[in-house]
Amino acid sequence: MSAAAHTDSFLERAPLLARDFITGRLPEPARWTANTLITIALLLAAFGLLFAFLTLAERKILGRVQNRPGPNRTGWFGLLQPFADGVKMLTKEDLVPRASDQVLHYLAPVALLSLSIITFAVIPYGRHMVPVDLDAGVLYFFAAGSATELSIFMAGWASHNKYALLAAMRALAQLISYELPLLLSVVPVVLAAGTLSTSGIVDAQHGWAWGVVPRWNVFTPWGAAGFAIFFVSSLAESNRSPFDLPEAESELIAGHLTEYSGFKYALFFMAEYFGMCALSGMGVTLFLGGWRSPLAALEFIPSYGWFTLKLLALLGCFIWIRATLPRLRIDQLTRLAWKFLVPLALVNLGMAAFWALSAGWAGPLQLARWAVALAIVAVPFLLLGRRLSRGVAPRTYRYA
Amino acid sequence: MNAVLAVIALVTVASAAVALSRRNLLHSILILAGSWAGVAVFYFWAGSQFLAFAQVLVYLGAISMAALFAVLLTRHSRDDVAGASSHQRAVYAILTGIAVAAVLLAAVARTPLTVRPSAPPPLSVRELGYTLMGSHAAALLVVGVLLTVALIGAVVLAAGDPPDPKEGEP
Repeated sequence: MSAAAHTDSFLERAPLLARDFITGRLPEPARWTANTLITIALLLAAFGLLFAFLTLAERKILGRVQNRPGPNRTGWFGLLQPFADGVKMLTKEDLVPRASDQVLHYLAPVALLSLSIITFAVIPYGRHMVPVDLDAGVLYFFAAGSATELSIFMAGWASHNKYALLAAMRALAQLISYELPLLLSVVPVVLAAGTLSTSGIVDAQHGWAWGVVPRWNVFTPWGAAGFAIFFVSSLAESNRSPFDLPEAESELIAGHLTEYSGFKYALFFMAEYFGMCALSGMGVTLFLGGWRSPLAALEFIPSYGWFTLKLLALLGCFIWIRATLPRLRIDQLTRLAWKFLVPLALVNLGMAAFWALSAGWAGPLQLARWAVALAIVAVPFLLLGRRLSRGVAPRTYRYA
Repeated sequence: MNAVLAVIALVTVASAAVALSRRNLLHSILILAGSWAGVAVFYFWAGSQFLAFAQVLVYLGAISMAALFAVLLTRHSRDDVAGASSHQRAVYAILTGIAVAAVLLAAVARTPLTVRPSAPPPLSVRELGYTLMGSHAAALLVVGVLLTVALIGAVVLAAGDPPDPKEGEP
């Protein structure tokens, strides 16, 4: 975290002031360590609580969508449900198959959770709140994300169970397929900002066009298309519905988690939600202007407040989509990634290049710029969509 | 500072050595992944963040997966470990090792190493891009063509089956 400028409002500086009040009396070398430890503890506490209440919110919202109340017995409106679940998970028996690879079986959830936690380090949560401001922060984020595949393989293989191994292979196929459009949709953002640093990307989205429309990446043609691709791919990367095949409760036993029980299972669950939060935070940073407020008049709300609002809105969309869409089949899933999202992401890259080259166009040419840019992505979208769904869509559903 | 380097080097080399000595191929790959991670940490220690994260992305994310899949697709069962070693194999292994080491050492010895105590250049993505597309454009193109050929080859190999008429039905 950088030193606060004194031009900001008090609320903007409040977290830094509180931290400096606690660690201010320590000598210089110890202060840095203490500051870092406080940041880590705060991040873990905040995202731990978010995880707890996200599970509750998800169950409540899914319940409401399906016309049932959801958990409402523990505490007011079921508010203590996540803690009851935590106690249940902690006290459950931890079963380990006798034939399993004991060390790998133990290491897999630990590796998965730690890899998903370290991605929180580079997300700018507020104007002065970047835990680690790396020059290649975006690359760090996706490198840590791609290393999680190893732990999924470890989980499947160490269980000594053919269903777990097969399911791990399916999960890996999904993760590898969707990593490509995910990364390709991020490239235009890096191209436009000219930097891989997360705070640099947020800085590049400052200001308002015509005084009202914020200059967020999502309000450019390539940003809108890129955000759509990013969102779909992050649904798949975090194993969320409609891409939750790796652990399809109603069809498979539990995928690569078949032989996991008790707290290790809870760790996998936690890693999945942390991954979802981290990807949403990255989406907010890359496309939705990060911690910036949408209107100049609303800047009195501190930057971390805006970040939290946007993050919760994106997470709400994740839950909403889970309640709405049915699950895909594995062939539909890989086809969507390789035949549809990857070509579109490549086309989007071309459009971003056109957008960057035509930055000087003004007046009526501005309209032509928008028209050409939208055509570059809309035409392949329609052509590909028509071609891929030929003979398949529109479907007729017959209900019994 | 040098103590950190020593720890990184020890972890990298030791995990590579342990990986070579394991009978279970999957264990060796997972330990080898630790060695690759050690190389990434070394790049990070040397101040090259971009290279470090690219190393993690490529080696831990992709190459380890390729190796794991190759092992899983070629072994008949999970207890199918490498066979007993023979003297002939040991001789060949040592000869190959000596040859590779000789090539590497010759390359290191013939490269002029100038020690410049200057500050490392601020490496931005923009400069990296200009370097790649400017002075190293030929190498970049060659690598691109190579990867494209490999990709097309993989598609041709994988697309050998006749299309299933039932595929795509709802």
